[in-house]
Amino acid sequence: MGRAPSPFATKIPYEKKDLKIVGSNPTDRGDAVDKVTGRARYAADITLPGQLIGRVLRSPHARANILSIDMSAAEALPGVKSVVTCDDFPDMAVEHAASGELMVNFRDVTRNMMARENVLYDGHPVAAVAATSDAIARAALKLIKVEYEVLPHVIDVVEAMQPDAPVLHDDQFTKGVEPKPEKPSNIAARLESKLGDIEKGFAEAEIIIEREFNTKPVHQGYIEPQASVANYTEGGLAEVWTGTQGHFVFRAQIAKLLQMDMSKVKVVPAELGGGFGGKNNVYLEPLAIMLSKKGKRPVKMVMDRDEVFRATGPTSGTNVKVKMGCTKDGRITAAQAELNYQSGAYAGSSLPLATITVFTRYDLENVSVVGHDVTTNRPKVAAYRAPGAPMVAFGVETVIDEMARECGMDPIDFRLKNAAKEGTQTHFGPKLGPIGYIQTLERAQANAHMKEKLGPNQGRGVATGFWFTLGAETSATVNIGEDGTATLIFGTVDVTGGSRSAFAMIVAEELGIPFEKVRTMSGDTSALGFNFMTAGSRGTAAGSMAAVTATRKAIARMCEIAARKWEVETDEVVWEDGHARPAGANVGDFAPMSVAELAKEASWFGGTIAGHAEINVAQGGPGFGTHVVDVEVDRRTGAVKVLRYTLVQDAGKAIYPEFIEGQFQGGAVQGIGTALNEEYIYNDKGVLENAGFLDYRIPVASDVPFINTEIVEVPNPDHPYGVRGIGEVPIIPPLPAIANAIFDAVGVRMRDHPMSPPKVLKALKDQMIADASSQGTAAE
Amino acid sequence: MRYEAPETLDAAVGLLAGESGQVKVLAGGTDVLVQIHADMIDLDLIVDIKKIPEMREIVEEDGAWRFGAAVTGKEMMDNAAFNKAWPGVMDGVRLIGSVQVRGRATVGGNLCNASPAADGVPPMIAARAVAIIVGPNGRREIPVEDVAIAPGKTSLEPGEIVVSFQLPKRAPNSGDAYLRFTPRTEMDIAVVGCGINLTLDDKGICTDARVSLGAVAARALLVDEAAKALIATPVDAAALENLAAAASAACKPIDDKRGTIEYRTEVAGVLAQRAAAIALERAKS
Amino acid sequence: MAKQYVTTTVNGDLTELLCDSTQTLLDVLRDELGMTGTKEGCGTGDCGACSVTLDGVLVCSCLVLGIEANGKSVETIEGMAKGEELHPLQQKFIDHIALQCGICTPGLLIAARSLLEENSDPTESEIRYWLAGNLCRCTGYHKIVEAVQAAAIEMRGN
Repeated sequence: MGRAPSPFATKIPYEKKDLKIVGSNPTDRGDAVDKVTGRARYAADITLPGQLIGRVLRSPHARANILSIDMSAAEALPGVKSVVTCDDFPDMAVEHAASGELMVNFRDVTRNMMARENVLYDGHPVAAVAATSDAIARAALKLIKVEYEVLPHVIDVVEAMQPDAPVLHDDQFTKGVEPKPEKPSNIAARLESKLGDIEKGFAEAEIIIEREFNTKPVHQGYIEPQASVANYTEGGLAEVWTGTQGHFVFRAQIAKLLQMDMSKVKVVPAELGGGFGGKNNVYLEPLAIMLSKKGKRPVKMVMDRDEVFRATGPTSGTNVKVKMGCTKDGRITAAQAELNYQSGAYAGSSLPLATITVFTRYDLENVSVVGHDVTTNRPKVAAYRAPGAPMVAFGVETVIDEMARECGMDPIDFRLKNAAKEGTQTHFGPKLGPIGYIQTLERAQANAHMKEKLGPNQGRGVATGFWFTLGAETSATVNIGEDGTATLIFGTVDVTGGSRSAFAMIVAEELGIPFEKVRTMSGDTSALGFNFMTAGSRGTAAGSMAAVTATRKAIARMCEIAARKWEVETDEVVWEDGHARPAGANVGDFAPMSVAELAKEASWFGGTIAGHAEINVAQGGPGFGTHVVDVEVDRRTGAVKVLRYTLVQDAGKAIYPEFIEGQFQGGAVQGIGTALNEEYIYNDKGVLENAGFLDYRIPVASDVPFINTEIVEVPNPDHPYGVRGIGEVPIIPPLPAIANAIFDAVGVRMRDHPMSPPKVLKALKDQMIADASSQGTAAE
Repeated sequence: MRYEAPETLDAAVGLLAGESGQVKVLAGGTDVLVQIHADMIDLDLIVDIKKIPEMREIVEEDGAWRFGAAVTGKEMMDNAAFNKAWPGVMDGVRLIGSVQVRGRATVGGNLCNASPAADGVPPMIAARAVAIIVGPNGRREIPVEDVAIAPGKTSLEPGEIVVSFQLPKRAPNSGDAYLRFTPRTEMDIAVVGCGINLTLDDKGICTDARVSLGAVAARALLVDEAAKALIATPVDAAALENLAAAASAACKPIDDKRGTIEYRTEVAGVLAQRAAAIALERAKS
Repeated sequence: MAKQYVTTTVNGDLTELLCDSTQTLLDVLRDELGMTGTKEGCGTGDCGACSVTLDGVLVCSCLVLGIEANGKSVETIEGMAKGEELHPLQQKFIDHIALQCGICTPGLLIAARSLLEENSDPTESEIRYWLAGNLCRCTGYHKIVEAVQAAAIEMRGN
């Protein structure tokens, strides 16, 4: 994952206890009423008096040198108050930082934000303007004259790896290859990860299966386009309201890109209309700030839907080769993969994450993973819910399905036989702690879904997924009011709407006060210590660690107040059921003091009550899931209909169970969309053809059935409530599960994504031809 | 962009014929507003025709139906009698966009936008619908299949508007149906569409048929050979085989982001068979 | 080009405004009237986040010109609750966790209300097909359908 674990990272051991509030479903969610009445304020809903509207001019070419940019006519248009090009932003040296689950390189971030020497994808920003109306801003863009020298481009990952492919960066030499290559390449890096002896493993295998898979990029498809409102004050402070999954990381990046002090930049996270990893990257914010600085007025910028598809980051398109070997009685002896991942115009795909997750559901002795990070003329990829994982799961989980069938074993039994468990050594370093993989397999096997009968052209497929839970920097503050109510200020952006309730439940549980007495508020960058992105399924898991830590500090302070009042030592006061109490009868006969009573006395005894947490949470317990899907295939059109879907996933501890079900269901449906119809379609000029929701086909309500869910709880030993991150696992298994179900239904193996009707029909026809000719041969 | 909302046909024709710049008719707006948003067109004048009474009526006259080109999909769906008379036309109308789109979209706009994949067009062609057109040179009528000539192009002269559609009186034992193939269940543009209208005699033999294919050529096709495959047959398995072959043979599709030549050609035959089966059911009931 | 003067009724309130001829009803609601409850997800009628009713008919406001609302009645999400009292659909969406990020929720509620006005006892399939014009990326539609089913039961008085 790029960062070695710190010995100072925070772990709070799991405490098994009876819970009163955590694990229930609160009636008042805090965000819900505003959202159902239209009052919730997303970034595009924010308006500052006197604001200008900013718009971006984007490259129409997949690859070109920029020879000149003439802004003069645009600047002269009445109503235009400021314009920017790369000249308004300093160039950046190579420097890496974590931004969510992917790394960024500032040299590339500034170029992705505003092109400098060249444009590398259709949609690449070239210039921006701010004007008194949207119509004038759009008209101004048409007046900008850009001279391009169009160059040959390359879109596909395998093509980009060829020695004669057009090379995007003449200063990019493949890392991880010794000796350092002499010629620049689109292959930015080569990764390797090994365990045991792969040759020995294949030698021991009685069954070997080797397959190749190709996937297209898919987009996170959040319904809210990116939007930012920036105000650069006369005093040199920049404040920006924006849709982000990590305002502190954004602040750090904005400060760097604009060469401002971090303390002079304030980022306020608006209510987020979906992110799924795609809002871990800065796009509009620095442009809006600079336009505001030059125009001396606030600037609002909102992307059109086609800009979202063309210029924000989808996932990688990939080419994945999987080779696995097992004994006839179903024991895997060797697992090998080659992962070719395209990163878009600049290096840095989810390849390192794919490398970690590819086989990590199985207890293996001999593993070899090699990967390539490849630049292509597409937008720079961004994280999308378990970035990198669905593609490798497509490969591994379908090869496992083949192996299981060859061994005459049920697909779940095969996985049980090889399942990772506590103590399993991964190929990338750590041993796994207590995990719930086996439980999810067993629960899936026992589920009523398995008893449903299948009709003609119907089939059932199983697949599993694994994802880890990030920890990272998390800060929170709990303030106790005079009336005994508590306010939690949190900084892990609540991307789903459910985290804030989970935090409130935990604070209420810790304090021993009713849930209704706790309010949560999102803190901007000036209100709290640093918080990392809500990414890596860490939102509730890490955020709740900080909430617990802050609450326990507030409790310690309240115990101190009681101790001072009772004139005893602080360690003679305990906190129980929402009250400070003497630790034992020998301490004295003091009446317990409630939160409200302590709050009233707090000032006299030293100051008001608050608790802070500024911690770096250790990477948490990983999550596992097992999915079962039934499909029906229309043999004459190749259409695949999802009939039934069940998933079982280990949540560690479900703080807000019904909400978690919703996240399971949403992730599964994203996975179904990925599996069946979603893909980026480029023409031969490297221009994106389906930059809208009409032809970028995400599932609609009539495309999917009810998604049955079951939560398994194997507590995370390093979290006080046992919480594991849950947001990402659900999107991993659907692609391979549906592929396996299609095979079960009509006997064709799909290895080319998406499994859209024309591809399925072609596979069926190829199968018919192959069957006919083999029958002909047999008859001879 | 100037906006005008004339209340008579003459006024509308005058505005359209008299405009030297870029002008479009605004009916439901579900295509035109998308084109404005995408900067595909830069209009000097938009003529909103929704205030013209003749364009907004649905009337039955002695078994024959006439409906205005600016009647919305929803209004057609809400007309029980029309649904009963022409279920195949309504199959097509029901597939245009979403509920929201059908609240505004019109068959007139669907036709005159001239997308080869328009869902309202093949069943109208199959139904023998006639387009009533008014322009500077007066009124004329042409079969619906002659309105769209190429993607985005109609055969209308400057100043002409499609005012309404005339459907013939139904012979007894008739039925029509429209099916389309889309990757998702809703919301997609048709990859292939097929409208079939047929009439049986009292022995169940097909005496009349019309087959129209959408999204497989530069405009929706009327496929005589496919109709011939059904006429004088009981629309049995053999006839359906011939129907599929004729449908596939008539296809002149392109490869685009929605479908390949190979796929469209194959599925055209499949849909023709399935649509014929439904039309047959309806003719018998 | 001079702005157009438009008089329209929004959530029962007679409203006057000026707009450009190319502004959509969505633009007018959000930018001229400051009513940001109706959302823009795509601007092309493909996502339904901008759903409103126009003279009682469910439409995408991005596919209607602001001028076309002249003399007509528009209902938006801001008018769905009656004072402090949420519409049963709004309450059921909360109870059944039929929303996560919430950006699609206003459009979905408007669309679902139209459904139940037309069909007070829809089947699961009818609900899904009616709501096919409203994209949601967070929930997978499961709890949305359950919420609509629950609201239908309550509104029928069962």
